Amino acid sequence: MLKQEVRDMLVSIVGDDNLRDSQQDLIAYSYDATPNYQALPDAVIKPRNTKDVSEIVKVCNEYKIPIVPRGNATNLCAGTTPLEGGIVMIFTHMNQILELDEENLTVTVQPGIITLNMIEAVEAKGLFYPPDPSSMKISTIGGNINECSGGLRGLKYGVTRDYVIGLEFVMPNGDIVRTGGKLAKDVAGYDLTRLMVGSEGTLGIITEATLKLIPKPESKKTMLAMYNSLEAAGKTVSAIIANKIIPTTLEFLDQPTIQVVEDFAKIGLPTEVGAILLIEQDGPLEVVERDSNKIAEICEEGGAISVKIAETPEEGEALTTARRAALSALARLKPTTILEDATVPRSKIAEMVRAIEEIAERNNVRICTFGHAGDGNLHPTCMTDARDKEEMERVEKAFEEVFEKAIELGGTITGEHGVGVMKSPYLAWKIGETGVNAMLAIKQSFDPNNIMNPGKMFAKESRKRVVVQK
Amino acid sequence: MSNSKINRTNQIVKDFQEKMDYDELMNCMRCGFCLPSCPTYRETGGNEAASPRGRIAMMKAVVDGKMTPDEDFEKQLSLCLGCRACEPACPPGVKYGHLLEDAVDILQKNKKQSSSVKFLRGFLFDHLFPKKSNMITFTGLMWFYQKSGIQKFARATKLTRLVGKQMSAMERVLPDLPSPKQMKNRPTYVQPEGEVKKRVAFFSNCMMDTLFLDTNDSTLFLLKKAKCEVVIPEDQTCCGAILAHSGEKDKAKELAKKNIEAFEKENVDYIISNAGGCGALLAEYDHLLKDELDWLPRAKAFVRKVKDISEILYAVGLPEMELPPQIITYQDSCHLRNVMKTAAAPRKLLQSIKGVAYKEMVEADRCCGSAGTYNIIEQEMSMQILDHKMVKVLDTKATTIVTANPGCLLQMKLGIDREGYSNTMRGVHIVDLLAEAIKFSEEQKKNVLDKEGKKQPVNT
Repeated sequence: MLKQEVRDMLVSIVGDDNLRDSQQDLIAYSYDATPNYQALPDAVIKPRNTKDVSEIVKVCNEYKIPIVPRGNATNLCAGTTPLEGGIVMIFTHMNQILELDEENLTVTVQPGIITLNMIEAVEAKGLFYPPDPSSMKISTIGGNINECSGGLRGLKYGVTRDYVIGLEFVMPNGDIVRTGGKLAKDVAGYDLTRLMVGSEGTLGIITEATLKLIPKPESKKTMLAMYNSLEAAGKTVSAIIANKIIPTTLEFLDQPTIQVVEDFAKIGLPTEVGAILLIEQDGPLEVVERDSNKIAEICEEGGAISVKIAETPEEGEALTTARRAALSALARLKPTTILEDATVPRSKIAEMVRAIEEIAERNNVRICTFGHAGDGNLHPTCMTDARDKEEMERVEKAFEEVFEKAIELGGTITGEHGVGVMKSPYLAWKIGETGVNAMLAIKQSFDPNNIMNPGKMFAKESRKRVVVQK
Repeated sequence: MSNSKINRTNQIVKDFQEKMDYDELMNCMRCGFCLPSCPTYRETGGNEAASPRGRIAMMKAVVDGKMTPDEDFEKQLSLCLGCRACEPACPPGVKYGHLLEDAVDILQKNKKQSSSVKFLRGFLFDHLFPKKSNMITFTGLMWFYQKSGIQKFARATKLTRLVGKQMSAMERVLPDLPSPKQMKNRPTYVQPEGEVKKRVAFFSNCMMDTLFLDTNDSTLFLLKKAKCEVVIPEDQTCCGAILAHSGEKDKAKELAKKNIEAFEKENVDYIISNAGGCGALLAEYDHLLKDELDWLPRAKAFVRKVKDISEILYAVGLPEMELPPQIITYQDSCHLRNVMKTAAAPRKLLQSIKGVAYKEMVEADRCCGSAGTYNIIEQEMSMQILDHKMVKVLDTKATTIVTANPGCLLQMKLGIDREGYSNTMRGVHIVDLLAEAIKFSEEQKKNVLDKEGKKQPVNT
């Protein structure tokens, strides 16, 4: 519970309605989409504007109260779970599009806007914001920026970081900083914009963002290639890229994932095959035609049982929408689904897939794999039950081996979900102790009182590599 | 807290731990895919506690001993419409409706009610809905009120306002009620002319067979036109939906058993319902009776046959339909869409009516705020939802709003009344409109025939 004087101060900033700390509020803001993590905040606060944010932060900094900025809690690394209490800050009042600039091709938004709402608004003007995380119907732009979210279109268009060109954020001492702008070029000092993207709420609070837009591609085509095994599908992925074709989307799903997705979406996915590749290409009509034909050829050469091209844009849309539900749909199989997003160079995708299968077998756990194959970004998902402690240990061991293998292949522990709490013990595996120290130095200089999303990114203890501590 | 309050709270926690389906609670992986589909989440400006994910988290927290089931908790569950729009949106397939029903049932059982509420609930759930004779008497009294001049008098003197703004508005939108005599002389069998395509049993529904008697007549008319032989079992009773959703599950189970007994005697292809709210519970009798092993197989056999009227009419086919030019739109019944999964058939039927323009309403799949007794218990939210719904309705420029459930129908009529369009717009049950369209089409053909002096027969 907040001290009465702190509570009074916060209420005087945002008003009575915008500070909530009844039991139901604390429970409702105690979690995100990460299994097994839950902790009650002391209060939930809803700032109305940047000034509110700045004043709230000043109070929290003085009284050393943790702040967890939260979009809509679709986070997958427990990054928006208030593990050390404090206040959860939500942006339902700051959810507007401030400006859509058709001359500079930018959109300036508040952090609380739902990603898809913004995408629809810019597409209505013939413009395009490519990053499309699977949770985009629910997620907010503020959340996307803090996690540097990816999505299905990452292969061709990159991720959130590639579109954030200007920010306004509140420092942990309450100062308001503006970075970048509607600029194609800007080297004035350190690139604070990029530093904030993917900072997981540990450095400050983003209160406004200017995003780069591009013209909307005039056409697109979606296709499905069916395979006997995920590994065969993985090999085709590398072959497509080696043929100098960059599709918009190049996703794969293994059989169990296909089955649960079909069970949910009922769109006629082939549940009897070992794996599918979901491929989409966009651009000028002729290019899309040419690339699609070439891709189909490569798939068939790569051992695809069959290749099916969606007949209408609606049919294509249904396929990508179904794919976005994959993770949640896997929860049909077991009470707990633990998802990772180890990422490797795309040429290593088949090797990584094989390694995951072996690791699952060795540790006697069930892992389904789907993901952004074209990005080398896999989503091995473990079907388990958090109540089974013994199995949970094996799951943890299996994932440690997955991380180890990914790094060995030149990859990383997380491609797009973030470090949060879940992967913080493994951060040093990827960037080394010196890397962690460099990051810590940045953190300390921004946030000496450690009020911004404490406990995330930096673990109290890091894990020794591939040794399960019992 | 007083001792009795503490005891009650402890009992609720204990019941939650014993009776809530923990696997189903665990099945929610908190991805948030349900959030955009939830009317109350949206109407509260994105309050997580008013979302399915939030409500499930609270139910689980009560079981886990992390939350005291306080007044806020009860209010939040009461605020839920029970529209179940979150279920089709849920990739893991959490049965939210069942969790809600169980939770409300526990809270209800542990409620210390004032004597007036107890009396009202007793009247409604023990005497009114389950007993058709009482439903008839009640509707008869209302009929007398409408026909005797009391209604005129009450409205003129604004006496209706004594019952509150909401009830007085409801009073205005009630249909013309049938007389007791009409209600007592109901058919039990309908034989179509010529070949019989299907043999069906009609679930006549306590409200539809009294307050909305004309709609039931239209239903039988349509089934006859669709060449269905119809039996209407006399022993059938209220489906129990209103009880199950009000925390009276045990009573709902008794009604379910009576209905299973009444219908399994008839050798029929389908059991037809014309009210989404009732049909959805009929279609879940197997879940309602899941713990009664001797009843479960019988419930399953029953459930397999339950179909909404629009599904069967669409499958079997109707004669030609036509109406004078008008724009029509369709408002889904939540339970018909989200539980019975019937969404295409009513639309296809409406689109096949000649002469009318069918305009799909934006967010037709969103609850209108009727939700059983919700528009009386949670008036404020119900009216907020309705007002937002009416904006979408007006956008379609439709003059005829079609629904598939009596509650939704009354709510849409209320919406039209609130907007002041009672003279230019109408709310209508789909079967009434389809029947009207068949009759109009027949009339047109007859006119043509008369005009042509019966020179040659017209193809039908």
